[in-house]
Amino acid sequence: MTTAVDPVVAADPAAPVVARRRHGSAFVPPLLVGVVGLLLWEAVVTLGRVAPYVLPAPSAIGEQLWQSREVVWRTGLASGGNALIGLLVGAAVGLLAAMVAARFAYLGEVSIPVAAALNALPIIALAPILNNMFDSTSSVPRRLVVAIVVFFPVFVNALRGLREVDPIHRDLMASYAARGWTVTRLVRLPAALPFVFTGLRQASSLAVIAAVVAEYFGGLQNGLGSRITSAAANTAYPRAWAFVVGACVLGLVFYLAALLLERLVMPWRRV
Amino acid sequence: MTSVVLEGVSKVFNAGRADEVTALTGVDLTVARGEFVSLIGPSGCGKSTLLRLVGDLIQPTSGAITVAGKSARTARVDQEYGIAFQQAGLFDWRTVQRNVELPLELRGSPRQERHDRAREMLDLVGLAEFAGHYPAQLSGGMQQRVAIARALAVHPPLLLMDEPFGALDEMTRERLQDELLRICASTGTSTIFVTHSIPEAVYLSDRVVVMSARPGRITEVVPVDLGPRTEATRQSPGFFAGITKVRKALRGDPVPAAEPLVAP
Repeated sequence: MTTAVDPVVAADPAAPVVARRRHGSAFVPPLLVGVVGLLLWEAVVTLGRVAPYVLPAPSAIGEQLWQSREVVWRTGLASGGNALIGLLVGAAVGLLAAMVAARFAYLGEVSIPVAAALNALPIIALAPILNNMFDSTSSVPRRLVVAIVVFFPVFVNALRGLREVDPIHRDLMASYAARGWTVTRLVRLPAALPFVFTGLRQASSLAVIAAVVAEYFGGLQNGLGSRITSAAANTAYPRAWAFVVGACVLGLVFYLAALLLERLVMPWRRV
Repeated sequence: MTSVVLEGVSKVFNAGRADEVTALTGVDLTVARGEFVSLIGPSGCGKSTLLRLVGDLIQPTSGAITVAGKSARTARVDQEYGIAFQQAGLFDWRTVQRNVELPLELRGSPRQERHDRAREMLDLVGLAEFAGHYPAQLSGGMQQRVAIARALAVHPPLLLMDEPFGALDEMTRERLQDELLRICASTGTSTIFVTHSIPEAVYLSDRVVVMSARPGRITEVVPVDLGPRTEATRQSPGFFAGITKVRKALRGDPVPAAEPLVAP
């Protein structure tokens, strides 16, 4: 550990001391918990003679994952592509809608409860209906489901952020004779970014869930969801679990990508 | 040459409603160019309202306000004043340098000029080496100095300050008072300064405007003549005499005082 003097603190003792996290070691405890959990799981299944259809051993799942790695990769890419396209579309529309709603006070007030109520609906239940609206080789229904699922957390969070302007910032911008779009660009949007990313982080995991689960209800069968259902239908439980693991990894990748993007876009939050 | 003229200014909030408040009434005040004027008074006396009226952040119910020879609105649009508040109100997502550049940016100044001017202002408040830092990396006192640099960035002929040192500790406060006086003297800026602190008002000002509440109005204007402020000023008899004068003016409210406990 270094004990280098922080230049800010040295220049002004009253300056806030910035806590610096030690990056490497932060990963060790959760990793350890994960490994211990897997070992316990393995022990319980083998020693307790748990039937594979109840819970396969992690070793069996790992073996299946290795054997089916090419299919997992291919179907993972298909589901990931659907999730990504849906996420981008849903987030873009959500953000734009929030900007419009924030621009008109009344619209903002009305739309928050409506959006919150719609958000509580199980939108994934729309999947079979959407599947029937398009032909069976179309990827559009799954992407639509993802986009709709993503829309709400992005919209609700972004709108909250856009509507909360520091009164001092408002006065300052008035004193600079800045109005309308200038204020949105320079103050509202940057101030809303932490909110937007809270929404995006929620949305990133939801996008993968929606993309995978939407396949359970028919439509084009080239993603992880269809493999999970068909493996389970064929009583190939470890293989079904292997695809579930693939879906988990995909969700994690999306979440981490959102986190990374957040840190890149908001360097001032890292200090 | 005058910097600010207020004539018969009054401000009523929520006019015609049950919660109508007369924030200010019959305010006449003239601030000469280069003059430092403090507004002091109890909470609710309308001193912040008065400042916001001069800045055209709110509009008077009646009366006329002239800033730098123009209407308050034109003066605001022309950025004839810089403003600072009790909270620094910096933009977290901009570096210190870019915070100071913002008013220049909105004026459409070319990049190089913005950069140089912001540097000059940061030099003035002694924070040049922190230009690349984000506000969250600075202490409260440093943030407030950045806010002052930002207020001064367009070289405004008028500076409006609403308790800018109110949230700071005494040491930082006194240092920033001296810095502010030095800056105002070197740039010839007129200043209207709202404060709760009698010593601060007396130390900084050419004139202290004493106000009272319900309805908000000017009750007395106390001229202060301490000459150039030095280390010794804060201990000088003139300083204490000024404090006493302002304190008396503040007490001299027409609000009935308690009956003196004197035997008949």
